[in-house]
Amino acid sequence: MAGHNTKKDAGNPILKRLLSSNLTWSVVALIVLIVICTIFDHGFLSLSWNENTGGLAGPLITMLQESARYLMIATGMTLVISTSGIDLSVGSVMAVAGAAAMQFLVSGLNVWLAILLSLLVGLVLGCINGALVSMLGLQPFITTLIMMLAGRGLAKVITAGQNTDAGSVAGSEPLRWMANGFILGIPANFVIAIIIVCLVGLLCRKTAMGMMIESVGINQEASRMTGIKPKKILFLVYAVSGLLAAIAGLFATASVMRVDVVKTGQDLEMYAILAVVIGGTSLLGGKFSLSGSAIGAVLIAMIRKTIITLGIDSAATPAFFAVVVIVICVMQAPKIHSLSAEIKRKRALKSEAKAVTA
Amino acid sequence: MTSASTTAVKKTAKKSRRLDAQMIPTIAAVVIFILMLVMGQALFGTYTRLGFFSSLFIDHAYLIILAVAMTLPVLTGGINLSVGAIVAITAVVGVKMTMAGIPAPIAMIVMILIGMAFGLLAGVLIEEFNMQPFIATLATMFLARGIASIISTDSLVLPEDNNFDWVSAEIKIIDNPKISNDLSFNMGVVIAVLVVIFGYILLHKTRTGRTIYAIGGSRSSAELMGLPVKRTQYLIYFISTTLAAVASIVYTANIGSAKNTVGTGWELDAVAAVVIGGTIVTGGFGYVLGSVVGALVRSIIDPLTSDFGVPAEWTTIVVGLMILVFVVLQRVVSAVGKKE
Repeated sequence: MAGHNTKKDAGNPILKRLLSSNLTWSVVALIVLIVICTIFDHGFLSLSWNENTGGLAGPLITMLQESARYLMIATGMTLVISTSGIDLSVGSVMAVAGAAAMQFLVSGLNVWLAILLSLLVGLVLGCINGALVSMLGLQPFITTLIMMLAGRGLAKVITAGQNTDAGSVAGSEPLRWMANGFILGIPANFVIAIIIVCLVGLLCRKTAMGMMIESVGINQEASRMTGIKPKKILFLVYAVSGLLAAIAGLFATASVMRVDVVKTGQDLEMYAILAVVIGGTSLLGGKFSLSGSAIGAVLIAMIRKTIITLGIDSAATPAFFAVVVIVICVMQAPKIHSLSAEIKRKRALKSEAKAVTA
Repeated sequence: MTSASTTAVKKTAKKSRRLDAQMIPTIAAVVIFILMLVMGQALFGTYTRLGFFSSLFIDHAYLIILAVAMTLPVLTGGINLSVGAIVAITAVVGVKMTMAGIPAPIAMIVMILIGMAFGLLAGVLIEEFNMQPFIATLATMFLARGIASIISTDSLVLPEDNNFDWVSAEIKIIDNPKISNDLSFNMGVVIAVLVVIFGYILLHKTRTGRTIYAIGGSRSSAELMGLPVKRTQYLIYFISTTLAAVASIVYTANIGSAKNTVGTGWELDAVAAVVIGGTIVTGGFGYVLGSVVGALVRSIIDPLTSDFGVPAEWTTIVVGLMILVFVVLQRVVSAVGKKE
């Protein structure tokens, strides 16, 4: 009897850790969605080699291609949220960066210069957010809401209200490759996104940066007392978020070489927040998981792919997402945790009682 | 004795000045509204016409209702992002029902009920599952918008002789022979005024209102004082979302059609109105009447920008900058208040 118990205890910790990790549930959800898609469309997992593009082709690959932009904005959003802030402007910054890049290309600018300048535009918008939040002490929610409104307007001003199309501009291959190309058969934008996520992760976890960001999120005043400069950290996270959103904007527009000033990046701030929440980062700040957000971002792309594969009307997408958010948040709620703990406790009591009677 | 009375006087004097300081954003909003009117009148000469006021109120009655709806959660430091989507789903359902020959009063009741259901859902998510108001109402926003899109993505037009007319039928008070100079209103405006009065009484004359301000000041303190925080939170999101359904009735009756994309971005307009009106976004301070002024400022931007020939794409930038100015003003005022 005793031996049996110890055996069980020894087997439990790994399983327990796996079960309690948000990461595990995200991966499980990802696998479930892939299985569902495969059932509906037997060719879902099939991969083929496309000679023309020099890369793999298949439904999963297009999913990865789409996930690159979510990876970028989710990474920026993770850092911002862990300082107990929020960046609602990522979608609009994407549109501005995309509009700038397309407009620069159409006006005959060198492609590398166009990429650089549009990234700079995103960085500047992020810096404005950062300056307003850190120096003026404005609420992140309101500050980035303003940037969300103004940024959408700015994108329209840049293109004079047109949906600028740079598809016919010669010499834009590097930008096209960024969105549609392949590295060793894997979508280039996905590889770039993963590299950037890893870089940010290294910067946060191999240096004290991540801890500083978290401490600002827990208590700004206390972190200042311990010698961290919260204002600098706040400025930095918003600037990084702006820059990453600009990269996402390039991914989104370069895949079709056309910016849609209304639709580019629309609702993407919501997807980014969703990816972060799925990844287990607390919206209250003070704790973040970049790998969780990364999986969350891929999961978002997978959900969208599932909707398309299942042939659900695209109009229903928001409702589908809402159900996912509600389910995930309800699962994470303390009430559910205490409820399951309660059930476990009762079970343990019962078995104990049984043991006693036996 | 004398010293005590003087300190008391000093205290009240200080208190009243402090209150004044916190009212500056609201006063600024009123001043800006008047300045915009004067500027419009000086440049275009149509801004003091009775007809202008009539259409300003008739066209933006829905925004005034939404501003009141948004004031409640913002006062507690929360937010209700679902108002725009609630307008969409209730409008689509209401018009669809009327098209199917269901009498308008029943359609309206169903619209209100849908609003109530979503408000209750938001309340449950926030209070029972500890979701942040931001995320909870984001979820209900997606849900409402998605269901509206599933029901129909077409532009639905109210049939002729529908009984929505009584809301939008214009009632003329002063019938001016000159064109566009009639002073008129419709039931939509009356409903908006009633909603404002309701909001004013709720916030300033009832215990619930006092609890709302207390939650905004500090939720844990309010709980420790034994105030019914949970019930009040339920009530806030319930009322807020139901008012969005009321706004939907007014708006739908006015324009006579509905689409699943109606109300996109209105939550931002409502937040803008609330912030311009002097409500502090961290909660605990603000007025319903301030939000009404904010809604009017937001409304008058539309005719101004079109008269100035500002390209439509600049409108959002102007609105964004205006909110920024007001938020910075609030920040400065509160910083000055703290120093004193």
